[in-house]
Amino acid sequence: MTVFQKKLWIGLVVMAILSPLGIYLPRRFGAEDAWGEWGVETIRKMLGYVPEGMRRMADFWKAPVADYNFGGEGSAFSIQVLSYIISGLIGIAAGGVVLYALSRVLMKRKIR
Amino acid sequence: MCHEGAAFVVFYLEVTMHIPDGYLSPQTFIPLYGVSAGFIGLALRKMKKELSHKQIPYLAMAAAFSFLIMMFNIPIPGGTSGHAVGGAIIAILLGPWVAVVALSVVLIIQALIFGDGGITAIGANCFNMAVVMPFVSYWTFRIIRGKEKAGLRTLAASFLAGYVGLSVAALFAGIEFGIQPIIAAGPDGRPLYAPYPLSVAVPAMAFQHMLLFSVIEGMVTAMLLKHFMKNEAELIYAMREDRD
Repeated sequence: MTVFQKKLWIGLVVMAILSPLGIYLPRRFGAEDAWGEWGVETIRKMLGYVPEGMRRMADFWKAPVADYNFGGEGSAFSIQVLSYIISGLIGIAAGGVVLYALSRVLMKRKIR
Repeated sequence: MCHEGAAFVVFYLEVTMHIPDGYLSPQTFIPLYGVSAGFIGLALRKMKKELSHKQIPYLAMAAAFSFLIMMFNIPIPGGTSGHAVGGAIIAILLGPWVAVVALSVVLIIQALIFGDGGITAIGANCFNMAVVMPFVSYWTFRIIRGKEKAGLRTLAASFLAGYVGLSVAALFAGIEFGIQPIIAAGPDGRPLYAPYPLSVAVPAMAFQHMLLFSVIEGMVTAMLLKHFMKNEAELIYAMREDRD
């Protein structure tokens, strides 16, 4: 790995550590409602009803770490912050592994 | 109520650059699955031919970078928040086709593991952020940079690549939302999916990005390109002589 590449990786880890700013700032400036899922209830409040297809499909998938939060809805802010950092690291790892494996396969096929 | 509705649509459409399940009708999300799958297939073929050893270490970094920058939700005080995508710099450094694959992988991971963006909407989200954005950004950069070597014009081109790329991606998302009431209404005339018309959805998506998030995408793109021009100039796909 070159020095430049090492620096970039360090930058990415720093980004992951700072990432909770992405939940803190919206909350600080009163934009927190924008974050996360808009429950069917919120939509009912605004529209007066819930569109039929939306109601049917909204809970189509139960994500293992919904909203980058291991603590679930309503968990303490400290848990959210920690979850967010860990999610960032999982993201780095998962994306890295998939793309590394993919590039290995593509390069191998090329040589043959 | 009308005013409330407008305020609501502004905040709820905003973060839905990652469109959730239930907002798009099957008539919309199924074709977009097809289009995105087609582009990913083409991109993999292209990568098989062109991918160089020099690019490989940067593939994983590109995915990591995009994943992380999308976690930085930036508020517009008082209501909404959104984020940059990182698609422009990836398209400039590694080429638009590599960007299609790297960004698609990120978006699929976000949907499956973190519920950020719907499962039914993976095709739509990939189309907006992993297909439209990299190609618009890449060609904006190439056209505006013209034949300049490496100066102010190149940096301006990279800023605009980010700015225009993200704005057009947001515009597409706005269109996808806005056509829902037209193409999918129940027998009672009520919309079945995203309820707001084009006249509300398109400005809500496009203007907010043009106001803030696209500016950030542009600045990040220019800043990173500057670093790469100094440290790893031969890597930069959009500035290589032998590309295409």
